Amino acid sequence: MFESILITIATAATPLLIASIGELVVERSGVLNLGVEGMMVMGAVTGFGVALATGSPWLGVLAAVLVGALFSLLFGFLTLTLVTNQVATGLALTLLGLGLSGMIGESFVGLPGVKMSYLYIPYLTDIPYVGKLLFGQDPLFYVSILLTAGVAWFLFRSRAGLTLRSIGDNHTSAHALGINVIGIRYLAVMFGGACAGLAGAYLSLVYTPQWIENMTAGRGWIALALVVFASWRPWRVLAGAYLFGAVSIGQLHAQALGIGVPSQLLSSLPYLATIVVLVLISRNRRLTMVNTPASLGRPFVPDR
Amino acid sequence: MKKTVLSLAAAAAVLSFGSMSAQAATKACFIYVGPIGDFGWSYQHHKGLEEMKAALGDQVETAYLESVPEGADAERAIERFARSGCNIIFTTSFGYMDPTNKVAGKFPDVKFEHATGYKREHPNVATYNSKFHEGRYVQGVIAAKMSKAGVAGYIASFPIPEVVMGINSFVLGAQSINPDFKVKVVWANTWFDPGKEADAAKALIDQGVDIITQHTDSTAPMQVATERGIKAFGQASDMIKFGPTTQLTSIVDDWGPYYIERVKAVIDGTWKQQDVWGGMKEGHVVMAAYANMPDDVKKLAEETEAKIKSGSFNPFTGPITKQDGTEWLKAGEVSDDGTLLGMNFYVKGVDDKLPQ
Amino acid sequence: MRIELVKRPEQSKLFSALSPFIALGLTLVAGAIMFSLLGKNPLDALYYYFIDPLREVWSLHELAIKAAPLILIAVGLSVCYLSNNWNIGAEGQFTIGAITGSILPVLFPQFQNWTVLPMMLIMGMAGGAAYASVPAFLKARFNTNEILTSLMLVYVAQLFLDWLVRGPWRNPEGLNFPETRNFHEYAVLPEIWSASGRANWGFVFALVAAVALWFMLSRTLKGFEVKVLGQSPRAGKFAGFSSSKMVFFAFLLSGALAGLAGISEVSGAIGQLRPTISPGYGFAAIIVAFLGRLNPLGIIAAGLVLALSYLGGEAAQISIGVSDKVVRAFQGMLLFFVLACDTLIHYRIRFIGMPAKTGEAAQNV
Repeated sequence: MFESILITIATAATPLLIASIGELVVERSGVLNLGVEGMMVMGAVTGFGVALATGSPWLGVLAAVLVGALFSLLFGFLTLTLVTNQVATGLALTLLGLGLSGMIGESFVGLPGVKMSYLYIPYLTDIPYVGKLLFGQDPLFYVSILLTAGVAWFLFRSRAGLTLRSIGDNHTSAHALGINVIGIRYLAVMFGGACAGLAGAYLSLVYTPQWIENMTAGRGWIALALVVFASWRPWRVLAGAYLFGAVSIGQLHAQALGIGVPSQLLSSLPYLATIVVLVLISRNRRLTMVNTPASLGRPFVPDR
Repeated sequence: MKKTVLSLAAAAAVLSFGSMSAQAATKACFIYVGPIGDFGWSYQHHKGLEEMKAALGDQVETAYLESVPEGADAERAIERFARSGCNIIFTTSFGYMDPTNKVAGKFPDVKFEHATGYKREHPNVATYNSKFHEGRYVQGVIAAKMSKAGVAGYIASFPIPEVVMGINSFVLGAQSINPDFKVKVVWANTWFDPGKEADAAKALIDQGVDIITQHTDSTAPMQVATERGIKAFGQASDMIKFGPTTQLTSIVDDWGPYYIERVKAVIDGTWKQQDVWGGMKEGHVVMAAYANMPDDVKKLAEETEAKIKSGSFNPFTGPITKQDGTEWLKAGEVSDDGTLLGMNFYVKGVDDKLPQ
Repeated sequence: MRIELVKRPEQSKLFSALSPFIALGLTLVAGAIMFSLLGKNPLDALYYYFIDPLREVWSLHELAIKAAPLILIAVGLSVCYLSNNWNIGAEGQFTIGAITGSILPVLFPQFQNWTVLPMMLIMGMAGGAAYASVPAFLKARFNTNEILTSLMLVYVAQLFLDWLVRGPWRNPEGLNFPETRNFHEYAVLPEIWSASGRANWGFVFALVAAVALWFMLSRTLKGFEVKVLGQSPRAGKFAGFSSSKMVFFAFLLSGALAGLAGISEVSGAIGQLRPTISPGYGFAAIIVAFLGRLNPLGIIAAGLVLALSYLGGEAAQISIGVSDKVVRAFQGMLLFFVLACDTLIHYRIRFIGMPAKTGEAAQNV
């Protein structure tokens, strides 16, 4: 039972983690894309549709990643090339995504989707207590962990990551050093879109293999909040996503036990827990200041 | 003063559209609270619209608005319908109650039908609802037969009388077979969040229930039950496609017959105010095919259904004890509809506390 | 072909005025294409979208009802954003304002006289401000990021409202349905001109707030302080301004206005508390704030435009049968065009053409 609760938590946390990691890279480059929810729901509908048409969940995932990236390009063109306001453009992207996905998915309603199968490694998966947790989850769970490790390595151990962070911290001096600020930001935005698309596909292919309008149900917003929660550090995003997942699942268990506390109070626990933990972390002022990308959300136009 | 001006304005509005709609088909309009793609509440109402359209053909013209938020927007949407020449307007969510009555006062020649509410402040407002709890009783009977653990998991949306009534009816059905049967309730606090509903199903299963039933809209709990190899009941629509080896049955909201009847009444000029609470007998509540159960259980379920359908049995027939141990109904006593429609207490056997 | 922006030495007055119209033109063209692809007559669609809601007086009232909370919240947010405080939790402050403002009519229904309404409005503002003070305090004291705290508090506020109307504040005569008792006549925000429609004084509040904040921002020292601290906290410090006081000022102001919007909506347009009282005004207002270029007067126009796009969407759904999704996608498109065209105010756009033509042949727009 304990193992299956942990797996439930992992399933709840994985889409948040994937979308957050993508947004983290975007924000580290100095761009604030509030359109995560819209990109995610586009990924969900694409993943569902392509998997249904081809019978292959992996093709669905691939298509979702591509569509997520393409959709984010729209945001990139507006905010990077035309320097529109990032906050407003991101919100508009969410509106557009929710509308478009509903249009695309109209004929998918009421159809059971294709579910991605779980990993199975003979002997290893059969180990009691931990086998399924470590070796028997859905493939995208492992992808999410690798993604976190990869992004952590990229940002803090690679030269390209250093460049990306320097743009986020001060785009003017990065530009003066001859770095192609806009080009790299485009790549970061597309990476964020691809991750959001993947997270959406996780919803419609693994979590709940079906398509329903607005099925992201606000998860894109939580993903955005988690980036801030993590003070822009990849492993803390993972910790935040799992904390959020654990409290969300925990409150359902508390209800099933019939402890008699209003369910609304229990439902608000994940949000309150996130605030409390963030307050505790952010009391260390130096730590958060260092990590916040100083150019976040500020427009940049290269002058020659 | 205010009243006369209002009615003048309304009369003018009706006049200007009256000529348009006189020779044209009768226009029936629908307002949904969710998207028609929710595969639940709004989806079923929209299916009712389509059924009605197919049955009445050229005689009727239809329009709908989906995802209309309850609140200030509802009144505007309803009024816009009334002004655009609709002859009958169906407002399909409880939250539209006051706006429906307000607009109805301004447009006395338009008929209004409000689902699940209780206010009929003007002669042109009717209310309608379905006795979904009748289906839940049958589900309870099946659950008690099929469950080894003697505990079912119930994923509920919001604590409103409708949902509480459903939980109680389910428990009573189950206890008619196994007096010790228990129900664990999880409130999702949403009608509609597949992920959260799936999580709730998993939590309940991890706590030892071996039957899942839901009063939320998505098919996610059905899929989880399939994955974990236990049985489940569908909600609002037939969800057998999502759990071919899982779904025992499902309560299907079939609004079609009611919509056909009422729109036809407008066409014939026989429409009258009424308050309809239709159930299995009227064909408003339909059970999906009984599946994935032994023949004796199926037979029992069919018998129970037939008993309710014929009107010879009401699920809320005493003796019934409340959760706190006090007696609610004496042996043979049948609950009045008023108590049911405002139900805010559990019967014995529900493992949850109701917010008061 | 490549696009390059060249910053104008100063804002272009011409394009300040012209850009909304260019955006409208582009939206019309793109919308026409979209509706034709969907098999609808594009002219009909655009007519119902942009003209039909403005044709009748009652509909203009509805426009005012829809725009009022958007404007009221957005002008408050503009002060936040100009001072670099990222309050995205106006939806929560709206909700709490509605709750605290409703204390009198819900808990003390016998207390009926003309003082009730003013007290409700004040309590609503106080509630919204108090709720906004939480992220402000956490930011000023612990340096906690306000984007996260204000957003999370939205969900908490909504659940709190849900609990209230289903539990302690439930209407005793309401058959246990989730709603409070209906407000008595002294607790209802009056309609401005009830003979012609139901727009209430909330719209007037919105206009007054917008003009007052416009005056504050452009004509007073406080406005200067807001902008200086927003652009450079360091420079603000040298000028003797305190950024932590500014955090409180901005949050309390925007919280109070969101709270006022909340209680106005509940007492004016709805008449009772219910589980859902807002279709996301607090979030839509963020768009309105930026669409209005963070200028309170611009926000009035932006609020009306966004409200029109909701009303028009409804008219289009009813009259030509496009779905709600098409309407939302179209709304997103409209916003994109408006935002993109605003670029012209600050920048000249250069299309760097074919390789052969580079150099002096680059086109200036």
